[in-house]
Amino acid sequence: MNIELINSLTETTLNIRKNIIRMITQAQSGHPGGSLSAVEILTYLYFQEMNIDPSNSKNPKRDRFVLSKGHAAPVLYATLAERGFFSADELLTLRKINSRLQGHPDMKGIPGVDMSTGSLGQGLSAAAGMALAGKIDGSDYRVFALLGDGELEEGQIWEAGMFAAHYKLNNLTIFIDFNGLQIDGSISEVLSPLPIPEKWRAFGWNVLEIDGHDLEGIHCAVQSAKGVLDKPTAIIATTIKGKCIRKMENAAEWHGKAPSISECEEFLFELSRGGL
Amino acid sequence: MAKATREAYGEALEKMGGLCSNIVVLDADLSKSTKTCVFAKSYPERFFNVGIAEQNLAGVAAGLAAAGKIPFISTFAMFASGRAYEQIRNSICYPKLNVKIAATHAGLTVGEDGASHQSIEDISLMRSIPNMTVLVPADGTETCQAIQFAAEYDGPVYIRLGRMAVPDLFTEEYRFEHGKAVCLVEGTDATIVATGIMVHIAKEAAEKLQAKGFSVRVLNIHTIKPIDKDAIVKAAEQTGAIVTCEEHSIIGGLSSAVAEVLVENFPVPMERVGVRDTFGESGIPKELLKKYGLTVDDVVLAVKKVIARKA
Repeated sequence: MNIELINSLTETTLNIRKNIIRMITQAQSGHPGGSLSAVEILTYLYFQEMNIDPSNSKNPKRDRFVLSKGHAAPVLYATLAERGFFSADELLTLRKINSRLQGHPDMKGIPGVDMSTGSLGQGLSAAAGMALAGKIDGSDYRVFALLGDGELEEGQIWEAGMFAAHYKLNNLTIFIDFNGLQIDGSISEVLSPLPIPEKWRAFGWNVLEIDGHDLEGIHCAVQSAKGVLDKPTAIIATTIKGKCIRKMENAAEWHGKAPSISECEEFLFELSRGGL
Repeated sequence: MAKATREAYGEALEKMGGLCSNIVVLDADLSKSTKTCVFAKSYPERFFNVGIAEQNLAGVAAGLAAAGKIPFISTFAMFASGRAYEQIRNSICYPKLNVKIAATHAGLTVGEDGASHQSIEDISLMRSIPNMTVLVPADGTETCQAIQFAAEYDGPVYIRLGRMAVPDLFTEEYRFEHGKAVCLVEGTDATIVATGIMVHIAKEAAEKLQAKGFSVRVLNIHTIKPIDKDAIVKAAEQTGAIVTCEEHSIIGGLSSAVAEVLVENFPVPMERVGVRDTFGESGIPKELLKKYGLTVDDVVLAVKKVIARKA
């Protein structure tokens, strides 16, 4: 990617981060930490990679994205709004009564959401089903999913992992948002899913390891996955929970806490200076 | 003739597979028992074994449906409704995805495998989920038509099927109507409301009672949800007493569904034939039905009891 493109995508990540802070503050509930850690991944997918059209969000030939870590709904909503699926004004209705923006993604409600998620461990199976449907139809769309690292503690993830490798779903690429934290603390203390790359390799996947905030690294990994003909790809993306907001970075207490009004102003100011 | 509803399912699925290329079938290592092997043989490119992994079975089906396929997924009722309950709720029913869950080996008549494999809670679990349709066919012909309905209907359907052969109740002329109870025997003294393998037992009980001078109506409820309120209320109004019959726990299944209709509309004395809040055990189906109170004689007793309560 050239420098202009990277600069433009970086600007998009800042807008998305600001909207994540605004909407969670307005809702006074939600999950900022794990939303902020995945901003570059979603920005790259929705603005650079995926074959999608906001004016034809149900096109059967489109690429698909499943937010398996559904509690990061704010990053998905902010990205979809930025990409033009709906107005950014609507973001401020997050988690409020009668809103389309449910606390966890509801595919029936909002254009651009390809799967309802929220109960951890379930999104990867659905993504594998979509990838299998593409194979059956001989369609060349690709399916992407974003998993949490704590989510790997769910048994269903490994059922789906075996399944996708067995059926050689090379049209499936997943990101693991490896920010190292879950609600009760560090993943290695709560119930360690480590070592992550070795596990996915043992399950028969193509495994890549990247810095999940490096747009160029994300780009190279996604493009390299396309060349793999007989395996699904797992991209282990090392990230910082709460990325770009000093107070939130690497702080498990910001997993599911909303900023106060004054914190919101402080964080938006920090972001307007271009983040860290 | 007698045929297990799972056998009829296998044949109907294979037939529907030929009519609709969007149908795909998934099984969790039980295809010879659930009879999805018949479809697999004819359409191997549309059959996928997920292995012993029921949560992923339900989740992959959700993804296939989200991409426009019509997945039928099969395993034993115990594992479909139990192990994969939350996947069915959150990945299939919440987004109202077009997945058909055809669960076999329901109830005590699984037999020798014992309590760990005898699903007596699945109707209760499945009917309580919003957007879910619950079907329990009573014989081979009805199963065949229920499967056809399920394939054509847009939304999640749970179909409860049995291992044991059951006598034919319906001829080729029979037409399955979604959500409509089927009156098998007319009567005025009481109504037996039955589902699944208990329908033919209820019919025999009604015939036995008729010989003793009682006029007993028999309703076959193949659609547990949405339930046919009109037929149940009409039965209560016209016969004044209800007995429910199901190869399922008396908690949360057909009896609960019928009681919900009655208490809100037309309360009448009611008795329940079903598994009385206990686990089953190993044994041959006939012995199990006897030990757990699901025989013709049990139904006859319940009808006499409910008529005595009419006063």
